[in-house]
Order: sequence, then C-alpha cells, then structure tokens
Amino acid sequence: MSPLMGGFQVFLPEQPAASTKSTKGSTSQKNRKGYVGMKKVILGLLGSAAMVASASVASAATLDDVKARGHLQCGVNTGLAGFAAPNDKGEWVGFDVDLCRAVAAAIFGDATKVNFTPTNATERFTALQSGEIDLLSRNTTWTLSRDTKLGFNFAGVNYYDGQGFMINAKSLPGVNSALQLSGASVCVQGGTTTELNLADYFRANNMEYNPVVFQALEEVNAAYESGRCDAYTTDQSGLYAIRLTLASPDDHVVLPEIISKEPLGPAVRQGDDQWFDIVKWTLNALIIAEELGITQANVDEMANSDNPEIKRVLGKEEGSTLATDLGLDNEWVVNIVKGVGNYGEVFERNIGSGSPLKIARGLNNLWTKGGILYAPPIR
Amino acid sequence: MTFVRTEMVAAQPAPRGERGIVQWLRKNLFATPVDSVLTVIGLLFVAYTVPPLLRWAFIDAQWTGTDRTFCSTVAQGGIHPDGWSGACWAFVSAKFQQFMYGRYTFTQRWRVDYTAIMFVLLLVPLLIPRAPYKMLNAFLFFIVFPIVAYFLLVGGYFGLTYVPTQLWGGLLVTMVLSFVGIAVSLPLGILLALGRRSSLPVVKMLCVTFIEIVRGVPLVTVLFMASVMLPLFLPTGMTFDRLLRALVGVAMFASAYMAEVIRGGLQAIPKGQYEGADSLGLSYWQKMILIVLPQALKLVIPGIVNTFIGLFKDTSLVYIIGMFDLLGIVRQNFSDAAWASPQTPMSGLLFAGFVFWIFCFGMSRYSIFMERRLDTSHR
Amino acid sequence: MASEDTAHGGAPARAAFLNDPKIRGLIYQVVVFAALVAVIYWIIGNTTENLRRSNISSGFAFLNARSGFDIAQTLIPYSSNSRYIDAFVVGLLNTLLVAVSGIVLASILGFIVGIGRLSRNWLIRKICTVYVEVFRNIPPLLVIFFWYFAVLQVLPPPRDSIELPFGSYLNARGFFLPRAIWGEGSWLILLGLVLGIAMSFLAARWARTRQAATGQQFPVALTSIGLIVGLPVLAYILGGFPVTLEFPQKSTFNLTGGWTIKPEFLSLFLALSFYTASFIAEIVRAGILGVSKGQTEASYAVGLRPGPTLRLVVIPQALRIIIPPLTSQYLNLTKNSSLAVAIGYPDLVAVGQTAMNQTGQAIEVVAIWMVIYLGLSLATSVFMNWFNARMALVER
Repeated sequence: MSPLMGGFQVFLPEQPAASTKSTKGSTSQKNRKGYVGMKKVILGLLGSAAMVASASVASAATLDDVKARGHLQCGVNTGLAGFAAPNDKGEWVGFDVDLCRAVAAAIFGDATKVNFTPTNATERFTALQSGEIDLLSRNTTWTLSRDTKLGFNFAGVNYYDGQGFMINAKSLPGVNSALQLSGASVCVQGGTTTELNLADYFRANNMEYNPVVFQALEEVNAAYESGRCDAYTTDQSGLYAIRLTLASPDDHVVLPEIISKEPLGPAVRQGDDQWFDIVKWTLNALIIAEELGITQANVDEMANSDNPEIKRVLGKEEGSTLATDLGLDNEWVVNIVKGVGNYGEVFERNIGSGSPLKIARGLNNLWTKGGILYAPPIR
Repeated sequence: MTFVRTEMVAAQPAPRGERGIVQWLRKNLFATPVDSVLTVIGLLFVAYTVPPLLRWAFIDAQWTGTDRTFCSTVAQGGIHPDGWSGACWAFVSAKFQQFMYGRYTFTQRWRVDYTAIMFVLLLVPLLIPRAPYKMLNAFLFFIVFPIVAYFLLVGGYFGLTYVPTQLWGGLLVTMVLSFVGIAVSLPLGILLALGRRSSLPVVKMLCVTFIEIVRGVPLVTVLFMASVMLPLFLPTGMTFDRLLRALVGVAMFASAYMAEVIRGGLQAIPKGQYEGADSLGLSYWQKMILIVLPQALKLVIPGIVNTFIGLFKDTSLVYIIGMFDLLGIVRQNFSDAAWASPQTPMSGLLFAGFVFWIFCFGMSRYSIFMERRLDTSHR
Repeated sequence: MASEDTAHGGAPARAAFLNDPKIRGLIYQVVVFAALVAVIYWIIGNTTENLRRSNISSGFAFLNARSGFDIAQTLIPYSSNSRYIDAFVVGLLNTLLVAVSGIVLASILGFIVGIGRLSRNWLIRKICTVYVEVFRNIPPLLVIFFWYFAVLQVLPPPRDSIELPFGSYLNARGFFLPRAIWGEGSWLILLGLVLGIAMSFLAARWARTRQAATGQQFPVALTSIGLIVGLPVLAYILGGFPVTLEFPQKSTFNLTGGWTIKPEFLSLFLALSFYTASFIAEIVRAGILGVSKGQTEASYAVGLRPGPTLRLVVIPQALRIIIPPLTSQYLNLTKNSSLAVAIGYPDLVAVGQTAMNQTGQAIEVVAIWMVIYLGLSLATSVFMNWFNARMALVER
C-alpha cells in the first residue's frame, strides 16, 4: 500500500518534494516511472487550465466582442417607469434605455441592435463585473467606493438627481417637510446609496425612524402602497416615476427636501479604456447635439451646415480622424441623433413634458440655460 | 329426516343501535362529552371560515373587468359599494397569458403550447403502468423531448425566431426549471448515492462533502451562489444564461436530496443481493444497473416523488434572484398601476397557490397509487 | 483462460495488474482527485484574475468597517455606526429568533393536527386532513406572501388601531405590547422563578419515587404551576413592586414606546409554523400508527385510561420513530427562514444581501452565509442526536 500512498501524496500541494522522494525510496523503478508519467499528465492538465484562463483574458476589447456578437448587451432597471420599463409590446423604453440605444447607434449605426438585461440592485454589479453585460445604464449613483472597490468606471452623469421623500398626503395631513418625519416608518430599497443617506439624514437631525427594507423595487412599491410605511425614500426622479404607478397618484406628494447628491450615470468595467471612451463620448455627443441644436428631425440638413463646429461634430470635416481614433465611423454622432435624438429630446420624451412624469429640466439643463450639463468639446 | 338448506340466509340488518344517520353522528361526532365539545368547536370553526371564504371567492367575486376600478370600492375609486370585499378574478383572467408565458414573444407563443402538448402526450402514457412501449416512451421523454423542446422554445434555428430566456416567465419557467431539475437530479443523485457508498475513500469523501454541504444550507444561498458567484468563477467573457444559472443551482440542490433518498434504498437491499451479484462475476456497474438499482429505486419511489414535489415548490424561490416564475410574475403584477387594488394580491396569490397545489397534490396522489401498486408486487 | 495460466505461472501479466480492483480503484481515485484539483485550480485562477482585472476588492476586512445602514429589528444594540460584523450578528440573531419560535409553534400545531388526524371524531379528522393537504402542497414562499398580505390587509392603519386588553394594540405596523421596566429589586423575582423551577423539579422527582414505592399519586402539575407562578409573585410583593409597565402611546405616525412585534416577523413566524406543522403532523401520525396496536390494547388491559395510555405508552414509543424525521423538519424550518428576504424581515440573508450590495463582496458574503447555516445545521443535528440517544436508552 505504501507506494500507492506515496503516489497519492504528491498531489497535495503542501507536501514538499524532498519528503515525497524519501518515502519513495523502497518503491520499484517501474512504479516510479508510472508515477512520473502521471505527474506529467496532472501538470499538463493544470497547465492547460491555466492557459484557458489566461487566453480569455487577452481578448478584453469590449468593442470587438460587441461587434462580433452583433448587438450590445445593456443592463437596465427591472421596471422603473420613464427610465427603463417594457411597454405594452414588450419593447424596452425609457431614459436609461435610450442611452443604451445611443451607444448601439454609435457602434452599429442602428439603435435597435441592443439587448436588455433587467437587473435588480444585487445583480447589477456582478452582471457588469462578470461581463454578462457590456454597459450598466440603470440609475446607478456614481460614488468613490463604486469606482474603487467594485472596479467600475462611470462614463459621466446623465441625470443629476437627489434623494427625497414621498408621503401619502391624504393619510398624513399637515406633514410638509421631511423634518417632521421623526418616528415614521420609511420604505427603502436595500443595498442602495439611498439606504445609507437615509440613515445619515435621520442621525444628523436627531430623529428616529423604522426602516422597512426590501431588496426588490417591486416589493418596496407594494409595501408602500399597502400602507406598511409612512414615507418612501429614493432618488426624486424615482419617486416621480413610482408615484405614477400607484393606484391614486394624486394622494401622494413628494416632500421638498433633497437630502443627498445622486449623480446617476452609465458604468463600464475597468481595464478597457477604449470602451470607456466610447460610452463617455456617446453621452457627451448627446449633450453637444442639444447645445448645437441638432435634433432628430434636422440632423440631415444640419450635416450640410457651414458651421465648422457642427461639421466637425457630425463627421463632415475633411480628413478628420476623431471618430476613427475612437474606434467608430465618421457618421457616429449622426447615427446617435437619428436613433434617439439629442439629450433634450431624450429627456422630454421619456421623463419630461412629453411624458406622464413631467419632470422639470432643473439641474439637468444645459449650462447655458441654468443647468449644469456641460460636455467637453468634440475636437 | 334430513334438511339441507340450499340457499344462503339473507344477512340480517345491523341492530337498530348501529344504523342510521343519527347513529353515525353519535358514533363519529358525539361519542364522548369531550368529543361533543370538539365537534362543536370544529363546527364553529367551519362556520366561521368557510362561508365568508366562499362568499369572497365566488358570490361577491368580480369575474370580469378591464382595470382596477372593477375591483375596488367607491372610496378607492372603483364601482363597488363601500365595505365590498371579493376576489378579483378579473385581474387573473386579464393577466392569465402573462402568468402562463411571461413576456414570451406574443406571436411565438404557439411554440410554448406545442411543447406543452408534447409534454403531456409523452408523460401520460409514461405514468399509466399498463401502457405499452415503456422503454421507447422513456427514451422519447427524457432524451428526445428535451432536445426538441430546447430548439422549439429557444429558437434561432430552422427559421424559428430567437426568443431570449429573459422574456420567459410564469408557468413556463416553473415547468422548465422543474423538468430539468428532475431530469438532472435523478441520474446525478444516483451517482452521488453510489459514490457515497463507494469503497474508494476519495470518491466517498467527495460525495459526502458535496451532499452534506448542499443539504446544510438553504436553497436561497445556493441560488445566490449560482447567480452572483458563478460568473466570477468563469473566464472573462464566458457567461451563462440567467435561466441556466438558476437551473444549475436548482439541479445541484435537488441532486443532494435525491442522493440521500436513493441511499436509503441502497441500504435497504440485503447484503446477499450484492454478494450474489459478485459471485456471478458481474462488474460493479453490471451489479448496480442489473441487480441493485432496480430494487432500490422501486423501494424509494415515494421518497423520489416527494423530492420532486419539494423541487417543484422550491422553483418559486428563483423569484428572490430576480427571475419571474409563476409566483414571481403574479407577485410582480401586484404593482401594476392598472390593477392595484386591495383585492388584487389575495386573488393573485390564491390563483398561484391553486396551480401549485394541483400539481403537487397530483404528484403526491400518484406516488400513493404507485406505492400501493408496487407494494403488492413486492410481497 | 490463457491469462489465468500465466498468472499461475508466477509472472503477473499486464492485464492482471489492471484487473486488480485495488489498483483500478486507485487509478479511479487519482483521476477523480486530479480532475477535482484541476477544476478548483481553474476556478480559483479565474476568480482571482477576474477580481484583479476589474479591480474588485476582496477579503474580510470590510467586516470591521462602519456599516452605515439601519436595521428594523435588532435584539442587540445596533445603529448605522456599528460595523458590518455587528450587522451580521443582528441578522443571525433574528434568524435564530424566528427559527426557534417557529419550531415551538410548529411542533405544538403539528402534534395537535397529527393526533387530530387519528381522532375518532369525523369532523376533527376531516379538518386536520384538509389542513395538511393544503399546506403541504403549496410553496413556503407563497405561504409567507399569503400571511404578509393577510396581515397587512386585515389589520387597520395606525390611526384606527385595534385596542386589546392590558394596553396592547394591533395595527398594520405590528403588535404593540406594554414593556416591563425592571426597577430596583427585580433580581428577587428572577430568584423566585429559579427557585420555583428547581423546587418543582425536586417535587416531581420525589413524587415519582413515592409512586414507585407506594403507588400513591401526587398532583405534580398543580404543585409545579403553583411554585413557578407563586414564588415570583411573592418576590414581586416582597420587593416592593419593582416592575413598572411602559404602555404604547399614540404619536403622529404610530404608537411609540412599549414592545413591538413587527408584521414582517409575525407573518414569517406564522407562515413557517403553519407550513412546517403540516409536515410535522404527518410525521406524528406515522409515528403513532407505527406503535403496534397490541401496546394500546395491553395498556387498556392493565387498566390505563385512554389519556394515560397515549401519554405513558404510545407517545414515548412513537417519539423514537418521530425524532429523526422531526429533526430534518426543524432544519428545514431554519433554512426556510431565509425566505425572509422576500418580505423584508432582516434575517441573516437579508442583512447579508444589503451588505453584499453595499460592498460588492459577493463571494465573502455567500461564504459567511454558508458557514453559518452549516454550523446551525450541525448544531441542531448534534442536539437532536443527543436527544434521540436519550430517548432510545429508555428502551429495554
């Protein structure tokens, strides 16, 4: 039995080579040969496993993967009216969805070449980390720790938001400020920055509250609707969206306080700068198109404009390598605007005056119009 | 003088004290004072629960309607007088398609129907003991059917449009998860059970570790592992479909339980059977497949069916990792603004419960039937 | 048969070497082990590469960081300033709380229903059968949702709370009870309680010895109740009424003060108990049916009435059949308590999921879950095995 045990021990990694040799002293030469052969096989197995692991790392160029696949895989919310939700026909529509479509348009010239993965608060990070999705566009707040610990790069901010509270004014008459909420039960989605801000806000103001925490957005909505909580807290844009889905939206009011900064933006994995740039500049292009007055309707005639800036942005400048340097073709901005319109159009159609949400532009207006949207120039 | 009676004397009626409805009542309901008290309590309980339930579910129920107004009272913005309470079957019938197919492409739902018909046509003869061609039937059901069903449901070949699994939902997902779970866990469970009783220490240790770890943790954590960690275990860019990940989790979980059930059967086979097979010179696999397993599996059929029932019920847990099986999609529809009313949740849950109950109750009855049938052949 | 001849000849042939079951077994094991090592190596390699490449932090250092979130139900002091590890402890305690209380109610209900299914009374038998067949055949998650919506639906909003005796209230935010505030001298009451329990234990032992010796019976149950209730009450009076009650008060949003049982706990507790009780009932029924009829008849023959027959003859024997499957039901209940995450009860899984989302450290959190649940399973098995061994010893 002893030679067999010796052969067996070799595969335990902590067994030093010397001791293996000493136990082998009495074994026959023939057995030893077989054992060496086996060792080779094992090493070969391990080696090939390692090669499989390293080979796949080499192809980390997301753009090539996306082009090879023929469509963009985009992670969105499971259902937040105005931002990302399937319509009656099962097509995804919304503000975040249109950003995905814009990126698809920039790459393929076709805003429909995108598949959507609905993700909840837990899945969104691993889905991006593991490469299941190429881009996460799911009202996710840009924070330092998400940049560092989760291994994300935020490509910018597509919606400047802030956390607020919503209450049922019918059952709580006289409450018109979040500072009156001491002792209230507050519904909140677990694992979000919202949950942390809520704790900070009540602590800072020396108020007490009962958190009612659910992991899924649908659960939070249902609990609030059923009267489990007095107040609902999340980003204000979200509150307006959720208010619409309640049985009697007019009974509910959003309180004026904004208790945090919530810059929401699209995120990509770290380690692929080209892909990061493409998403970043797609967002910038949407904003620049609005600055320059390029709309879905007039983009073709704008392309013939004499304005050098418009010509440059729309890829009509002779000998320009702006687009090819980015890995896209010259028509990319034209395709984006044709596909989804400019930032203003996307906003108004999904969450602004053209939608049931009727959210005012506010901070999300161009810097020239009193907002803080300011895109670096395309040149 | 002999008298031989040629016909039977007619049986005399039971004594008066043992006949009639009054006697039956006295014997079964009022045998002792304690019994009488229990009967009264039982009657009160039935009177208190059953009529209101019937009233709610049938008499006062709303059977037709197009939106929430049909299922709410005037005060809640509906058509019913205040104080009305009844099941909202209109909600169930409006959402019925969704409960069955999820968001499966509308024009392609015939594919699901055909799969279901095929499933039933193959399953029914398999369940009837007297139906012929068992081997062929089993081959069709366990080998051919899954392949055909895969191509039919997923599509992308033979001119069928591709339907991504993200669109699947409702009873379809429940059935797919249960079927694959059952089809995978049975052979895997047999292998694990054999491994656990193996004389090879490494194999045995491996199987014991796997079985005990999986049985020691809740399914939720296994599902989380499959959905959140599995992507990190694989090389970059290699991703699993979400449904497939849930399937891996469910199948792993079910196999561990199946292995323990089958081990019980293996242990119940007398040692003489093993020794007899050995003395005939059968190899290990011949011994197991020809002698031991047929007897062992027959012994534990009730246990196997119980594991199936448990698996079927457990598929509802995929809701927690963000998939929409029957229960999940019912739950998700509670937050549909068009149908949100106080009666919606209960009606939806009752419907889902009824569907689950039919399946599980059917399976348990079938298991009792098989147990009786096999029991007689065993004596 | 040629190979056999050569084998007898002395020099072992190659085929015989491979046919030796020991050698073959060894080869199988080596292959299996090598494959396992290769797979583990592959997984670890992939994971570290994935983590490194996308710059995800790993390790358990996060457990000592400030958690920053609040938890609704905490059995130990906890705030958003506490650490993640404290949050996990809070979650674990909540899991244990719902599991233990669920096990108690499920056992009581299960035994009642199980015995009820064997009752002579037709009505009781039918009610129990319907109960078992309904609850056994629907998913536990559905039962939990059912109770949660039933609780939220049936109970009124805080403004119209149902007033119950002893200053308790019931509304959609929970069950509000007065809370005892232990003043100076409360230790006397505790002492009285301990003394009462110890004395009734001794009394029971004495009564048993006396009955064995003389056949005379002694009202043990009544004496014990008297001692366990009487002594603390006496201590309460002697200590100068040290305990005061804090009653729930109505405030803007809800009732404050007192002691609250949250609806999430209530519905999870009821759902788990009702669901598991249907399985326990079947186990109890099978256990009682497993005791042969001769035992019952023999005990009637020696003059025992049905009550003592059940208590002294049938149940002790039935317990031996019942305990092993009962153990696995208790474990199932504990594991099913992880479904709390669906209704927002802050158990180990729910707290862990929040931590997972806040830190992004999925692997570590799943590992913590698995280790803790495995530990719980192991502890329960060890305890029940001990109990089982004790019960088995009674056999002669």
